[in-house]
Amino acid sequence: MNILYETVAWLTDPAQWSGPDGIPLRLGEHVAISAGSLAVALLIALPIGLWIGHTGRYTTLAVNLANLWRALPSLAVIAMVLPLTAPLDPQLGFKVYPTVVAMVVLGVPPILVNAYAGLSEIDRDLLEAARGQGMSEWQVLWRVELPLALPVIVTGIRSSAIQIVATATLGAIFGFGGLGHYLVIGFATLTRGGLGEMVGGALLVAGLVIVTDIVFALLQRALTPHGLVLDRARSTAAA
Amino acid sequence: MAGHLDDLVGRTLQHIWLTAIAVGIGFLISFALAVLAIRRRSTYGPILATSDILYTIPSLALFAALVSVTGITLLTVEIPLTMYTLVIFVRNMTAGFDSVPPDVLEAASGLGYTGMQRLWRVEVPLAVPLIVAGLRLATVSTIGLVTVSSILGDSFGGLGFFILEGYRRSFPTELYFGAIPSILLAVAADLLLARLQRRITPWTHDAEPVPA
Repeated sequence: MNILYETVAWLTDPAQWSGPDGIPLRLGEHVAISAGSLAVALLIALPIGLWIGHTGRYTTLAVNLANLWRALPSLAVIAMVLPLTAPLDPQLGFKVYPTVVAMVVLGVPPILVNAYAGLSEIDRDLLEAARGQGMSEWQVLWRVELPLALPVIVTGIRSSAIQIVATATLGAIFGFGGLGHYLVIGFATLTRGGLGEMVGGALLVAGLVIVTDIVFALLQRALTPHGLVLDRARSTAAA
Repeated sequence: MAGHLDDLVGRTLQHIWLTAIAVGIGFLISFALAVLAIRRRSTYGPILATSDILYTIPSLALFAALVSVTGITLLTVEIPLTMYTLVIFVRNMTAGFDSVPPDVLEAASGLGYTGMQRLWRVEVPLAVPLIVAGLRLATVSTIGLVTVSSILGDSFGGLGFFILEGYRRSFPTELYFGAIPSILLAVAADLLLARLQRRITPWTHDAEPVPA
């Protein structure tokens, strides 16, 4: 019960809730880097995924590349970027850029693959009908394909977001703050009462991951067109 | 130089070994859980939810937290690695079993297959594409996570050892010495398993989308 006691003691200590090393600030850092990385990943992955799904070109290449891309270990990516950006800026180049790059790398494949998969699942007849009604390619994409594929696309974004929030903790090994900071410091001082800090930090990260998941689940529900609700009751499986 | 090469080989083998144990044990546990989830539908939700929750615990924290329980041993490395494979395997295996059409199951039962026979001769073979897809994903993600176990000290971490030591000594060459081979290892494993996937399921399309 030592572990429970120390964790509760650490989490409820008022000192933890203010100042430059306080939970609100670290949580803010964590959310900011996750949201920023997700935004960049979206900007890269969504247009490419939609374009591939819409045109049906380069699908084999894109899906295979996305799978390979997914194989890149985050810790190794952070380590690779670090010596490159460190000379650029002694603050951001060391502590922020490497983690952001690794999180963008992590976030791109699920968004790209799901955007493509979402569009490619759509019944071809529907697209023919849309074109037959005189819709332009943009209108087909915007008014037919996107709404129909939205649940699958949001699933991809959700999966990216969860992985980013959980993995951004690794940045702390290389000096980025965020909630991972507590894990690293707690582990380093394990024999001197760091246990509570470490477990407390882990709980905060896990909590943030769960909140992220819930937010995207709600978003998914809100964005699913009514006609699809019954259809999509069975959720998508990972493959 | 020769010394460094020996180190590299040793760490690469350790990396593969640590990955193989976790993926192997994770596969077996998940298979049992997936069969249970399919046979007893009431356990389906809880099993998936539990494996999902385990996945939210940051790897860094789990490695570190276990030190106070199991010390710095192989168990401390393997418990988290195995746990993280569960969510991937259980999801893919249940999805694989679920993909078997009910008619097929009924036909099998009608032919007099017992539950066990039906599982091994009908459900498992039909679920193979998704199971192999899960194996590929689990292996690659475990290779990535092994690097994180380097925080436990010099005895573990596979190629991640060089990454962390290179960082601590501010020695980029060593950092790359760990990072590049660990990326190559993950990519090689992915390509190898993709080949296996095509070999045993030649009927699936080459660029089958892999939705998250």
